Amino acid sequence: MVTACPACSTVPLPQGRAVDQPTHVLHLPDIHCGACIATVERALTALPVVQQARVNLTLKRVMIVAPGAEDATLIEALARAGHRADRLDAGRLGPRDVTARDLLTRIGVAGFAMMNVMLLSVAIWSGAAGATAQVFHLISAAIAIPAVGFAAQPFFASAITALRHGRMNMDVPISLAIILASGASLANAFGFSDRANWFDAALALTFFLLIGRYLDRAGRAAARSAAAELAALEAPQAVLIEGAQERIVAAETLQPGSLIRLRPGDRLPADGTIITGRTDLDRSALTGESVPQPAGPGDEVTAGETCLTGALTVRVDRAGRDTALARMADLVATAETQRTRHTGIADRAARIYAPLVHVLAAATFVGWLMLSGDGWRALDIAISVLVITCPCALGLAVPAVSTVATARLFRAGILVKSATALERLCQIDTVAFDKTGTLTTGLVTLGGNPDPETLSIAAGLAQASRHPVSQAIVAAADARGIAPAPVTDTTEYPGCGVQGMLAGQRVRLGRAGWIKGTDTSDAAVWLSVAGQPPTPLMTSEALRDDAIPTVRALHDAGYDMALLSGDAPRPVARMAQATGIGTALAQLTPALKVDWVRDRTAQGAHVLMVGDGLNDTGCLASAHAGISPGTALDAARSASDVVLIGGGLMGVPRALATARAAMGRMRQNIGLAVLYNVVSVPLAMSGHASPLIAALAMSLSSLTVTLNALRRFR
Amino acid sequence: MNVLAVLIPISVTLGLAGLAAFVWSLRSGQYDDPAGDQARALDLMEED
Repeated sequence: MVTACPACSTVPLPQGRAVDQPTHVLHLPDIHCGACIATVERALTALPVVQQARVNLTLKRVMIVAPGAEDATLIEALARAGHRADRLDAGRLGPRDVTARDLLTRIGVAGFAMMNVMLLSVAIWSGAAGATAQVFHLISAAIAIPAVGFAAQPFFASAITALRHGRMNMDVPISLAIILASGASLANAFGFSDRANWFDAALALTFFLLIGRYLDRAGRAAARSAAAELAALEAPQAVLIEGAQERIVAAETLQPGSLIRLRPGDRLPADGTIITGRTDLDRSALTGESVPQPAGPGDEVTAGETCLTGALTVRVDRAGRDTALARMADLVATAETQRTRHTGIADRAARIYAPLVHVLAAATFVGWLMLSGDGWRALDIAISVLVITCPCALGLAVPAVSTVATARLFRAGILVKSATALERLCQIDTVAFDKTGTLTTGLVTLGGNPDPETLSIAAGLAQASRHPVSQAIVAAADARGIAPAPVTDTTEYPGCGVQGMLAGQRVRLGRAGWIKGTDTSDAAVWLSVAGQPPTPLMTSEALRDDAIPTVRALHDAGYDMALLSGDAPRPVARMAQATGIGTALAQLTPALKVDWVRDRTAQGAHVLMVGDGLNDTGCLASAHAGISPGTALDAARSASDVVLIGGGLMGVPRALATARAAMGRMRQNIGLAVLYNVVSVPLAMSGHASPLIAALAMSLSSLTVTLNALRRFR
Repeated sequence: MNVLAVLIPISVTLGLAGLAAFVWSLRSGQYDDPAGDQARALDLMEED
């Protein structure tokens, strides 16, 4: 096993225990074995600044205690040892989750108590009587009362909150059943009556329902921590200019008025004004427009744009929470809370079920009291009704299925973030796509078929530039086996183009306005050779490999599709034709996109938005459900219910299909739980349910729904 | 039946010991990195 990792050699393992307060957290995407752990920990502890380093292989992270060390130093040390590492912003990872551990402790206590009391009960069920039964009752009470008091606290707390707000939830009948069953059994144990003992039932209830609660939480916590990790991976940083020195700082700490430096390829960390330098700006994340815009001194720039060609000095005008990007993200956050009001299938079932349970139990009590006149007997039977109707199976029915479905999607690189996402995805009938960055890669390719000589000269010039169009030209020439012409003295004019000399003649490659003096809206670059008319080179956006199969799969599954883009009509129409999407709308502002979604919703459609940019966040939040690719802006990812981390666009049909299958399974499970109640409630109300029968029925129904959830998905 | 007076406390104590062991393992973070612990166990064995 160990030798399976070529980057590692067997080395002694440093003695380290869990690190409690790490100063640095790094993401290690490639580690996979024990030897990797050893190499990483040894490489880090060899540095004098590092006091402690501990790898977590499950999370693929290393926690480091190294006060004052630079992230770059640590990452470089790991690179020398053969491991890729990325910085994780510890502040964005969120505090360590202690609720799961708390729930597990309660499950442990409830399980321990249940098994002991169950064993004692077996003696009573099999005929122990008199003093022996009394002693067994008392021992059961001594175990069960503290166990219930500790383990069932989450239900009591939730029931009290609900009652205080004048609402009813499933935890009210649960708490009532647990308290009544324990209370009446305690009275029995002290000899006030000689009725049956319900301690084991109260504990079994607590145990099974806690498991349901834990599954429900664990699934969502895993998705949340993965989403937090994505955000922490790309926490923005800035190069701050302090006099003659430059320092890397976190983007949040920038102050208005400070100067920052941007190199080509950097994403703007704050809003500001360009002081020196010219560049082309990629604004597609904000506007959806695929063509880069030129910018120079005096122009305003906003956070989220990417500087493509020239180096810039920018004066910060607004930073941190004040940037246009952050304010948009806040708007999205408020829109998102509206969607959380969507009530899940479990809540709707509980809303009908909870009052019914109370009515049934109360009716049973009153009925038996009037018929027999025996208060203890009536209470005993009412408890049996409460215990039997208590939604053990119902409490497991939905969380067990959604845990299985979410885990399945997670393994395919599809992250389900919100609890009700599966249910909402299952109702979808219309899928709306954003164009740039979603259906396309956001990269440019050279279209048309330029003649070899033109391409050769263009490639010669393009080599000098990092502009995406230039890179596309070089790539196209390379793909056709055409060698770039030997252009000399190349100069890049950021925002315009490239100029150079070829065989004593001036050659230029750039946008229409610079080459010809007139600007046209066409997304082409022009090549000019002195003494000849300029030649246009057509560009187009590169479609994602899986865009066409995705659209086809959705079409076959019967979904309506639409393309909503902020880009110009021509590229949008081209893209719609290439993918086969019927409805294509161009030049939409973010507000118009939201209006389109609202219109469709008003017509009764359930729209799924798939988008990646800031201009899509409104849509992602206001649509019935939202999906964004892992490459999307942070704001877009936090506005969507599902994030496609790996596996690409095919995740969209896959998530929709799994959601449908999961909802089918949830309905089956709720049906099973109801069926079990229909059979057992009359039995309990007629006074034939002994604690033994209740225990058996409860365990059986919980097992049935769990096994049904684990059954293979189609 | 007097044997019960001995047997029941013993069985409950054993059960409690098991529970305490579970809670201790939980609190000391032994379920935080199952994959890593699996790999580390192999590594330590090779050293011996």
